[in-house]
Amino acid sequence: MNKLSACSSMACGISLQPKMVLASLRVRKQGNGRCTNVPRNVNLEKLQNNYLFPEISKRELQHLEKYPNAKVISLGIGDTTEPIPEQISLSMANYAHALSTADGYRGYGAEQGNQALRKAIAETFYKDVAVKDTEVFVSDGSQCDISRLQLLLGSKVTIAVQDPSFPGYIDSSVIIGQAGNFQDKTGKYQNIEYMQLGPQNNFFPDLTVTPRTDIIFFCSPNNPTGHAATRKQLQHLVEFARDNGSIIIFDSAYAAYISDDSPKSIFEIPGAKEVAIEISSFSKIAGFTGVRLGWTVVPEELLFSGGFPVIHDFNRIVCTCFNGASNIAQAGGLACLSPEGFQAICAVIDYYKENAKILVDTFASLGLEVYGGVSAPYVWVHFPGSKSWNIFAEILEKTHIITVPGSGFGPGGAEYIRISAFGKRKHIIEASWRLEKLFSKGKPLCNCLK
Amino acid sequence: MSLMNNLSTSMISSSSSTFLAPTSFNSSRTQSVSVPLKSINIVKCVATPQEQQNAYKTKVSRNANIAKLQAGYLFPEVARRRAAHLLKYPNAQVISLGIGDTTEPIPDVITSAMAKRSHALSTLEGYSGYGAEQGEKALRAALASTFYRNLGIEDDDIFVSDGAKCDISRLQVVFGSNVTMAVQDPSYPAYVDSSVIMGQTGQFQKDVEKYGNIEYMRCTPENGFFPDLSKVARTDIIFFCSPNNPTGAAATREQLTRLVKFAKDNGSIIVYDSAYAMYMSDDNPRSIFEIPGAKEVAIETASFSKYAGFTGVRLGWTVIPKQLLFSDGFPVAKDFNRIVCTCFNGASNIAQAGGLACLSSEGLEAMQEVIGFYKENTKIIVETFNSLGFKVYGGKNAPYVWVHFPGRSSWDVFSEILEKTHIVTTPGSGFGPGGEGFIRVSAFGHRENVLEACRRFKQLYN
Repeated sequence: MNKLSACSSMACGISLQPKMVLASLRVRKQGNGRCTNVPRNVNLEKLQNNYLFPEISKRELQHLEKYPNAKVISLGIGDTTEPIPEQISLSMANYAHALSTADGYRGYGAEQGNQALRKAIAETFYKDVAVKDTEVFVSDGSQCDISRLQLLLGSKVTIAVQDPSFPGYIDSSVIIGQAGNFQDKTGKYQNIEYMQLGPQNNFFPDLTVTPRTDIIFFCSPNNPTGHAATRKQLQHLVEFARDNGSIIIFDSAYAAYISDDSPKSIFEIPGAKEVAIEISSFSKIAGFTGVRLGWTVVPEELLFSGGFPVIHDFNRIVCTCFNGASNIAQAGGLACLSPEGFQAICAVIDYYKENAKILVDTFASLGLEVYGGVSAPYVWVHFPGSKSWNIFAEILEKTHIITVPGSGFGPGGAEYIRISAFGKRKHIIEASWRLEKLFSKGKPLCNCLK
Repeated sequence: MSLMNNLSTSMISSSSSTFLAPTSFNSSRTQSVSVPLKSINIVKCVATPQEQQNAYKTKVSRNANIAKLQAGYLFPEVARRRAAHLLKYPNAQVISLGIGDTTEPIPDVITSAMAKRSHALSTLEGYSGYGAEQGEKALRAALASTFYRNLGIEDDDIFVSDGAKCDISRLQVVFGSNVTMAVQDPSYPAYVDSSVIMGQTGQFQKDVEKYGNIEYMRCTPENGFFPDLSKVARTDIIFFCSPNNPTGAAATREQLTRLVKFAKDNGSIIVYDSAYAMYMSDDNPRSIFEIPGAKEVAIETASFSKYAGFTGVRLGWTVIPKQLLFSDGFPVAKDFNRIVCTCFNGASNIAQAGGLACLSSEGLEAMQEVIGFYKENTKIIVETFNSLGFKVYGGKNAPYVWVHFPGRSSWDVFSEILEKTHIVTTPGSGFGPGGEGFIRVSAFGHRENVLEACRRFKQLYN
């Protein structure tokens, strides 16, 4: 499936910096009632650019148009490449076939998800932390869950995000009306608290200088930096949330990539059940990026200020704004969590981790500042003093490799490039070779260090 | 008993939809005629605040919009009643004509395509990761040519989704909290509920059973279930479902022309729900875009749920013409695309493969057959209620029969039917105050269950 084709159908201006060229897209009002009288949602007006990843796709497309014979290697969007293990797709195929039989046909499923799958998720990922199956809500993926959580929370809450972070947190916050206006000077939305991450603080925010917000989005292992928060760091975070009466939304989509004994779930931290929601996904653990399956854990103990259980309202959102993940995808999910299935998907995760290692080694051997790539499928490379979109463009132009400029993840990413480790081994190796050629010429990348 | 009827009881008790025994993928079936216990997987009760006086509370305020909601969403509420009934009468052969859940297997041509796609995901050539958030190109093209041929709707006006209910909420996210909306009364409850959640409405007014700031367009037998537009105040958005859930009414070309003109004169946007279009027996428009000028005032949403039995597979679509503009000239489709890219990540690729197979000539033929089956069910139900002397509406162009019980509370009738015949229906007031005094009987079911249900209706009402 070529994502690029979708972009070509939406005409967009071409520019080095992805400034939203809204002005050129607007049809001038013609009078005569050609427009409706429905005002545009002001929150959508506040969005600065296209969503990051379609923007990357667009650049790839433009590059291919310019160099039709280039062998472009995509290490940009974190899209899985390896086939789904057979026993899992077989389960899905069997489930599909069964839908044609009187005994196997199923209509509407529970909006919260198939009971067996909820149980399997609880037992596989939360066995030692006493998360109940009733606290697990199966979904069609984290990106959708993040928005459903925003619908749940409403426009009047304040949020904090790591800086840099997965753009879905900020963009969904802007859309729902929490974020206030974008400030060109700082590159930040005025109502959002950006918790800076960098080598200087070991990629964990300094909570002593972080003001209180209602909600704290926290992703670990982190996209894009690759840092997996330690137990101590997460204890600190939970304490911080508790002291402030905040709710942590903990994104554990990459937990399966952890290489050390860093916590895989926020609920490993005592007291977390009263302050945290956890979201996760089958996308990067089972190659389900197109199949669409994820989950959210909302503990029963998590209460709003008036004592009302958050799970209650989340359930209402799930029942009203959603209708359950595809039953076929859920059958696949269940197969993923069988002993054989789980073993099979772990093998694929190891494959991507090996890719990451190769990339880390490549950058390290070039003397570049490289982070991540150990507990996450992302490598985070620092080009001090640079502008990330310039580095992105230079790499693309000279090596035909797509990456993601760090500023797409927030101002804290301005000098960084994210390289994703999803890809065929041969492409990773080829990419490494090209990058070695580019960076080891002894001279700095021209124009990039401005 | 009165706990159930009074929808304005405290938030906690009425909306803590109690959750029931789980079923696995291979759920055990009850015997003989009754519809098997489907996947109404319900979960354990949530603790109430009273029990947690000393429990730690965050300092995050509850979303005031959600607090406005009066009860649980309608259909889980009906499911809860059904479950409670089964607890009371464990051996009852309950027949579900409540929630509009499809019951007939999906035709082979469609499931084979989904199985094939599943297998392909395990191969090098066949594996695909993220799909276009707007949907796979071939499917968008097939939707355009199947449903919108010659209507000037292009492939890229079509956005594939995981279903109409989800699309309705995504549209609300596009519109935001500062728009006003109108709904038919009665109407599919997701329009109102999503509007409340989005913050477009005022408080629920118990005396009139309406939310402040929503324009309810009464649809009754007297006005042929088409609102008197001369009495409807202008709103930004007008939700309109035809063939209608729950009344079954299908708007005529003339009526829709008036509706489009009304929207045009008022600068409003119609969100046209065509989920039941293929059930149309009469020669009424199946798409709002059959009406000239509609592309500048309307969005259309639709679903594979009731055509292909995809209620669990999850696949639908929304059409937003390029000509539809906000007041400042900005194309609505661009904002919808942004929402689709940011708040969604595409329908399941396997479901989309199924959708494509649905739209092959073999698939279309197979879908027509299943639809025909449910239409025959509808006919049987209509005839039954007619023969019993009821005023019966709908049932001709939709899989729903709208039965009038003048002067009676619909939840009371619902309870009486459930208690005395073990048949689950849906009380009309669940669809809005205009549904009071009516019961919606859904025609999805195995033939023998529908026949048995009709026998029981005859017994009860003779």
